[in-house]
Amino acid sequence: MEYFVQQLINGLTLGSIYGLIAIGYTMVYGIIGMINFAHGDVFMVGSFVSFLIVLGLALSATNPIVVIILTLILVAAIAMIVASAFNWTIERVAYRPLRGSFRLAPLISAIGMSIVLQEFVRIAQEGRPKPTQPVITGGYEIMRHTSENAEFVVRLTNMQILIIFSTVLLMALFTAIITRTALGRAQRACEQDMKMASLCGIDVDRTISITFIMGAALAAFAGLMFFLYYGVTDFFVGFLAGVKAFTAAVLGGIGSLPGAMLGGIIIGLVETMWSAYFSVEYKDVAAFTMLVVVLIFLPQGLLGKPEVEKV
Amino acid sequence: MALSPAGQPRAAATEILRDLAGTAAISFVLLVPLVAYKSVITQYSLVLTPRWGLVAFLIAAVVLGRLALHLFVWNRQPTTAAARPAGFDWAGRLGGLVAPAMLLLGLLIPVYALAFDDKRTIDLAIYVMTYVMLAWGLNIVVGLAGLLDLGYVAFYAVGAYAYALLTTVYLPQWFGSGVVPWAFYITLPIAGLLAAAWGVILGFPVLRLRGDYLAIVTLAFGEIIRLVLINWFEFTKGPQGITVPKATFFGLPFTAGDDGFAAFFGIAHDRMYFYVFLYFVILFLAMLTYWVTNRLRRLPIGRAWEALREDEIACRSLGINTTNTKLTAFAIGAMFGGFAGSFFAARQGFVSPESFVFLESAIILAIVVLGGLGSQLGIVFAAIAIMGSFEVFREMGFLKAVLPEGVDPIQFRMLVVGLAMVLMMRFRPRGFVTRRQPTVVLKERKAIGADLVKEGHG
Repeated sequence: MEYFVQQLINGLTLGSIYGLIAIGYTMVYGIIGMINFAHGDVFMVGSFVSFLIVLGLALSATNPIVVIILTLILVAAIAMIVASAFNWTIERVAYRPLRGSFRLAPLISAIGMSIVLQEFVRIAQEGRPKPTQPVITGGYEIMRHTSENAEFVVRLTNMQILIIFSTVLLMALFTAIITRTALGRAQRACEQDMKMASLCGIDVDRTISITFIMGAALAAFAGLMFFLYYGVTDFFVGFLAGVKAFTAAVLGGIGSLPGAMLGGIIIGLVETMWSAYFSVEYKDVAAFTMLVVVLIFLPQGLLGKPEVEKV
Repeated sequence: MALSPAGQPRAAATEILRDLAGTAAISFVLLVPLVAYKSVITQYSLVLTPRWGLVAFLIAAVVLGRLALHLFVWNRQPTTAAARPAGFDWAGRLGGLVAPAMLLLGLLIPVYALAFDDKRTIDLAIYVMTYVMLAWGLNIVVGLAGLLDLGYVAFYAVGAYAYALLTTVYLPQWFGSGVVPWAFYITLPIAGLLAAAWGVILGFPVLRLRGDYLAIVTLAFGEIIRLVLINWFEFTKGPQGITVPKATFFGLPFTAGDDGFAAFFGIAHDRMYFYVFLYFVILFLAMLTYWVTNRLRRLPIGRAWEALREDEIACRSLGINTTNTKLTAFAIGAMFGGFAGSFFAARQGFVSPESFVFLESAIILAIVVLGGLGSQLGIVFAAIAIMGSFEVFREMGFLKAVLPEGVDPIQFRMLVVGLAMVLMMRFRPRGFVTRRQPTVVLKERKAIGADLVKEGHG
């Protein structure tokens, strides 16, 4: 029981990270109907930029807590700006000129961009994984199980609290933006009918750009959290995380924001539970299998609408 | 972006300046965090080494590049395709000559290698040819049937592991160790069939998915196969891989021993013969792929593939069984991947899951894309450009002098490949040299130039 609760906490944490990345996939897919294959690598860029700043400022757990919090807010802001700039540029350079080209063109272009981002970071920062010392330490003991020969303590670390709390905060913020503001209305309008939206005076190009920026900002934040949680990052983390987040987006119903979060949490839980109860080696196989199963049997997702292919 | 034609040069100039400032600002944001400080792992710690000079250089390069675009490209009056003179059809005339010329060149490589004892060149040629074959195989799936397969390397892996496991474990177990010298010839067809079977097994559930979902599912399958190869230790020996016997000349191994190839023919032992032999094997396999594809294109099934690529819904309404059509493309493409994998294992003498990562699929896809989806000749050039040219660059003296210390041009290979994929999709989505010649014609045969072929015009 205690073991299960611990896995539940770990799974929720991981799921929050996947969910944050998944939102970027889901928003872009919702509006222009393409898989931004490079999104996972935008997440990686966010993670790597955070790592560089944390390293540069020599931030560690020994700093006073106020300093840590303020610095992390700064780091998050910079990482979000940089990742947004990347995603914005990618959209301008690689996707926008391809609207109206044949179906597979944007996806192939996105794969190219994904390679470019990975290689750019690998060449600029060499390929080895980069570890740092933990920044946020400590936690709370919430359960303890003592038997005659063993003791199992369920811990909720401060890091996990930070991840879950900030994810909820960001989700609330973004839901408010999508549902309450003029920008969100424009986005939803573009999602439903781009031509009609532009006839109604919505700047479609600008709305799409902002969607890419928003997705990238969330991915960069997820990148920061990922890096702080595991204490290590490299140029290749975006691939796996991206695929899993994409699975989450499809599972939740592509185009749906709460769906992306829900899907993320399910994927995080499945992955954690699988590692805990079956085998660690096959956890990625489990994630990929999940992707295959979801795409084949549940392509409309849990909260999505079934899509009719139009001529 | 276009400048106002006349009368307001000043306004145009400020517009350009503003655009350049924006470019500089964005490249600053893009480059500074990741390039300005390099994190280097030293013996005891991680240190950051500043590289502001490089940042300044790169930003300047970007801004100057954009200025050049403004001055020389974007202020031209756009010429419409119709206004272009319909000159001599160079591509058409020369296109017929290029293929035989390439084949002749291909046949001359071993002669050259034997004459000058150049093992490096022929080894590189074998390497490039393997990718030509893989790309031709993938071309059936991506270029002809229009199904984006991101897990093609899985079939390559199936072929390689089929060879490895059959040769080292099963064939000796079933027929005794006497068959091992012949293993390559026995295994090659089996490997192809196994890969095709895998293509059907994997393809069957996924082929009713839409294009982009299909791509992601094939990617997932590719990764699953690789991860299983890594983790199923009892069967595949996991990440340490399997050492396998290399290919033989119809049972004669290329060794210095008494039963070897050299001793049998009474010539001195030389590794060169092994390379030449391998070269002809892969040349044969690649030409087989080429020939089969070309024949299939003329059959109803091939036409169905190309129709499917253009419009799936129209196909379905014309009564084409899209699932079967896709499945055959998938299986036949997979089969050639299996052949190539088997050859790879027999050449390398070693297989491990390391060789079958996603990047490998991406490289093969890049070759197909740069060759101009569907063009078989284009693929040859793309494979030479991607796989061969960087090896050559590596050796060039003047590049070593230009580039700073410790920079190897081959490092930039994938970066260039990725960029090329993007640029290709943007400017020449149907390839550099392709002309699509309709396989069925009414009255007159009209070729369609690549620049006119976009969705809806071809």
